[in-house]
Parts: sequence; C-alpha cells; structure tokens
Amino acid sequence: MNKNSQTITEKILARAAGQESVRPGDNIWVNADILLTHDICGPGTIGVFKREFGEDARVWDSEKVVIIPDHYIFTADEKAHRNVEFLKQFAAGQKLAHFYPPGTGSYRGVCHVALPEAGHVRPGEVIFGTDSHTCTHGAFGAFATGIGNTDAGFVMGTGKLLIKVPPTARFRIEGSFPAGVVGKDVILRIIGDIGVDGANYMAMEFCGSALAALDMDERMTICNMAIEAGAKNGIIAPDGVTAKWLEGRTGKPYRPLYSDEGAEAAFERVYDAADFVPCVAKPHLPSNYAPARDMRGTPLDRAYIGSCTGGKLKDFVMAARILKGRKVKIPTFLVPATAEVAMGLMTTVVDGKPLVTIFVEAGCEDIAPPSCAACLGGPADTYGRVAGSESVISTTNRNFIGRMGSKSASIYLASPLTVAASAVEGRVADPVKYL
Amino acid sequence: MNSGSGGSIKGLVYVVGDNIDTDAIIPAEYLNLVPTIKSEYEKLGSYALSGLPDSMPRFVEAGAARSRYVIVVAGQNFGCGSSREHAPIALGAAGVRAVVAESYARIFFRNAVATGELYPMESARRLCGSFRTGDEAELDLNAGRIVKVASGDSFELRPLGAVAPVIAAGGIFGYARKAGMIGSAPGRA
Repeated sequence: MNKNSQTITEKILARAAGQESVRPGDNIWVNADILLTHDICGPGTIGVFKREFGEDARVWDSEKVVIIPDHYIFTADEKAHRNVEFLKQFAAGQKLAHFYPPGTGSYRGVCHVALPEAGHVRPGEVIFGTDSHTCTHGAFGAFATGIGNTDAGFVMGTGKLLIKVPPTARFRIEGSFPAGVVGKDVILRIIGDIGVDGANYMAMEFCGSALAALDMDERMTICNMAIEAGAKNGIIAPDGVTAKWLEGRTGKPYRPLYSDEGAEAAFERVYDAADFVPCVAKPHLPSNYAPARDMRGTPLDRAYIGSCTGGKLKDFVMAARILKGRKVKIPTFLVPATAEVAMGLMTTVVDGKPLVTIFVEAGCEDIAPPSCAACLGGPADTYGRVAGSESVISTTNRNFIGRMGSKSASIYLASPLTVAASAVEGRVADPVKYL
Repeated sequence: MNSGSGGSIKGLVYVVGDNIDTDAIIPAEYLNLVPTIKSEYEKLGSYALSGLPDSMPRFVEAGAARSRYVIVVAGQNFGCGSSREHAPIALGAAGVRAVVAESYARIFFRNAVATGELYPMESARRLCGSFRTGDEAELDLNAGRIVKVASGDSFELRPLGAVAPVIAAGGIFGYARKAGMIGSAPGRA
C-alpha cells in the first residue's frame, strides 16, 4: 500500500474541498456540483432554506439546484399535490434552470434515472441529493450521496457541506459473468456477504474486468444499492462506456478522476465473476441472500418491475427476453422509471417485437406512467401498492417490513430476469433455463 | 427541537432490536407531511415507529400526539434505509430526546445531528437485553452513561467524537454560524 496513493472517492472530495489530498476520517467542507431534490423532501428542504436564510433568499446557484418530482405523482392525495405546487412556485420564483414538473412535457420521473438522462451527472463531480439512492450516480465516477432536508437546506444556500471522508471498501470482480447473472445479482450477493451495515460510512468501490464489461444501466443498479450495505457512496471508475453514454447528454466538460494503483482500502474483496448466480433477497432485509435455484417453488402472488433500481430500459429489455412468447401466471406490474424509458418500451425491439407488445401479449398489467410508484408503498391509491399479505417478487431495492405498503406482505428482491421467470411460473424461478 | 446543551434525560424507555429501518420509524405514506410546517411536524410525531410489526407495543397510543417514551434503546444499525429526515423528526416530535443504539446507519445519525432533534448516543455494549420497554432510565450526557432507575445498573455510552461540536452548536447551521461561514438567521440577528 502506498501512503500517498488515493482512491477515486478521496480524490474527488479533495478537489471539491480545494485540497491536495484527504484521508479517511477528515472532516472537510466540499463544494457541491449538483443538489438534487424531489417532491417528498423538496418542500421540507425549502422550508429549512427559508427559515435559515430568509423568505427572499436566493439559492446558491440556480443552474445547480435540480428538482425532479417523482415520488407521489399519480395519486389523489391532496398534500402530495400541494407539495408539487409548492415546488412549482419555488422553481419559478428562483428561476431554476432545471425543474421537471408533472403534467408538462418536461416531466421525467424517477430522479435517479432522470438525473443522468438529463445531463446532470458527470465524472469527478460531487452530487448531493435528498434521497438515499443518490449513490446511484457513482456509476458515472461521481461522488454522490444522500442527505437529509437540513443538510440540503444548507447546501441550497451555500453550495457547501461539511462531510467526513469515508474509508473505501473495494470489490474487485474479475472474469465474465455466467448467463443469467446481471448487475442486480452482483450487488445482492455482495450485500449478502457483508450485511446491511457491512459498508456503513464507507465508499463502496467496484472494479475489475467483469465490471468494465457492464453497460451503464447495470452499473447504476450496482451503485444504487450501495446504501443497502450502509455505504455513503458507491462508485465505479469512468471509462469508454461512461464517456460514450454521456455523449449528447451533457455539453459541459468534465474532469474524471481514478483511484491510484495501490490506494489504501479499509478492506478488499475479490470475486471471480463465474461464481455469481441469479439470486433473490428474501424478506425482510436486502442482505437475506439466496440463490434463485435454492428458492425455486416459493409461491408468489405478484411481480413488480420498476424503480430507480430496476425500472431502467435495460431492466425491461431483460424482462422481455424471458416474457416473449410466454404468459405470466401472477399479476405483473410494470413501472418505467422515466418518460424516456416509457418511450423506449415502444421503440425498443426484442426479437422483432416492441417491448410493449411483448408485455401485453404476456398478460402483464397495464404499464403505469413513470414514477417511484409502489417501490416505497406511498399513498393508498398508488399503482401496484401492496395492501394485504401478498408475496411479491420485485426489481426494487428494499424488502423491509411494510416497504411496499403492507406490513404483512413478503417482498423478494431480484433481477429483472429472475422476476420475469418467476412471473411466468407464479413461483420463484431460476431464469437460466429461459435464456 | 428537543436537544440542548448536554445535561440529563430521564424517562421511560422503549426497546427495539437490530436494523430498525426508516420505513419502521416513519412509513412512507406519511412523507406527504412537510416537517417545517408546525401542524405537520406534530402529526409526524403521532406516526413515529408506527411501521414496527403489530406484535410490538404501540409507541404512540391511538389518538395521542406524543409518546410516553423519551428514550429509545436499540441494537445495531438503527435508522437504516432512506435519507428521510422525517425519521429523526418523527421521533423528536413524539417526544423522544435520545436514542441509545449499538450503532447507527450513517444518514440517520447525520440527520439527528444536523437537525438537533435528538441525541444519537452509542452504547459501549448491546443494551437491548438490559432494558425492557417501560423501564425508567436516566441518561447522563456529560458523564456518558445510562442508568436503570429501578436497579441502579449503569451502562457506559461512547463519546460523541467529531460531531460533538456540531451537536453543541445545535446542528449544522449553528455550527457554520459559529465558524463565521454564514450570517445570522433571519429574525435571530
């Protein structure tokens, strides 16, 4: 280990703090490149901002505060509507450059898929968001982490935040994944290995040749669930795949950073990609790992494909590969993360058929408009929300008691391939035989 | 806001286990409430810990706005999951002044400190088995211990460390003002 070497996370934080270097444990003030908020934490953040800086205060940078309503959009809940209205007034008053309101052509949907789509994520930058899954954006080689309303109110006024530099936990995966293994299987296995607090306060850095072979959607799934192991951020070094994805998304120049050879890690785990298998996280913790083949036959009542974790275009393409020409045996709910993904369901073709046609022919429920929907339960009228003691297999991120709306429900987390195969059988299934 | 500058906290204890997640602390259906609106802040308190399994004793009685319990004793990884600040706020609004856990999820701890809603104290060892819901306890912040009133049993707490000055300043805003980074709050000049 070279004492002068630094990890990608340390380098990004050092640059954002105007320092040559930082060490894990240092408490430093960093400059934010983006502050992201949405409809359930935005109003409270703005409340803190006004309380502390004044009713007429201006945000620190109207180009860098990005508001993407996404949680409680398609509901009759009056407070949910009031909250979106509140955001509209604030965005107009502050002349925010990047606001994506529902009911307009600029509505996008789930903020963690929308943020990079809309060109707000760049390698080497610092992103704070009022949502724990903000760690998704580490897939692009950015430092991205979830914060509360009070911290966000502070960033809104100053553009800065006091943070502790996290030690890095490194996960090196070499080789090629077997058929049927995708990003979701990788992160569920890692969380299963280290536990739901296995990387608490740490940066989870994912590297190795197997990672390099993954596209951006799968890298996002992996970084998205770093929080499920307690991590402050998840991160993957940017490469040609990242650069290509960003072309046409952001016009701004960016300065990527990379871990030095031999940079110190709190711990490192090395995996052979060939050892991964399609898997599920059993109720009621994301760390309750089990290979899908060992869970075969577990009865299910419904399947759900959606959210920042599992509602990207690639997730639906994966599901379509299995659902094409087959019928689902249980109600199967589909919620594209964003309007762009929803459009992709119509324009993307698998074996000569548009995804939407494949899903209709398979007997899936009507595709919902883009939002967070039932991933976190939400108001009583939320699409796909679980009300009873159903067993659900889902591409989402959390299976805590009550997470999808009912305390008596059981949630199994899995990849889109495993969810689709399970929908076809009405029981937990291993997707391998369908590929 | 409940926490001030140290001292002691005496009252009834509510005991939970490991990995108490933010959906248990405040179920997502109540996230339409905005904590900076006073009536909604209070409402959040009435729903605190309502996501726990129904087999657990109620934390806030039906129809009540606040809890009888002022200290929550927990195991590992308290507050895991969401970044929702509604979680420490719901507990604070319910009347909780401190959580004493073996360990915390990062964002919950941070939000507790940033808001000044409650003291997130770490116990030196697991206390879930040493206290029962309904026990009376006295938490001495300066001495770093929690005492079971009935038996006199005393249990050590870990020092707050690097966040102590932030807590002492009343949260991130107070801390930044003390350091001269930002001006005084409107109406508090």
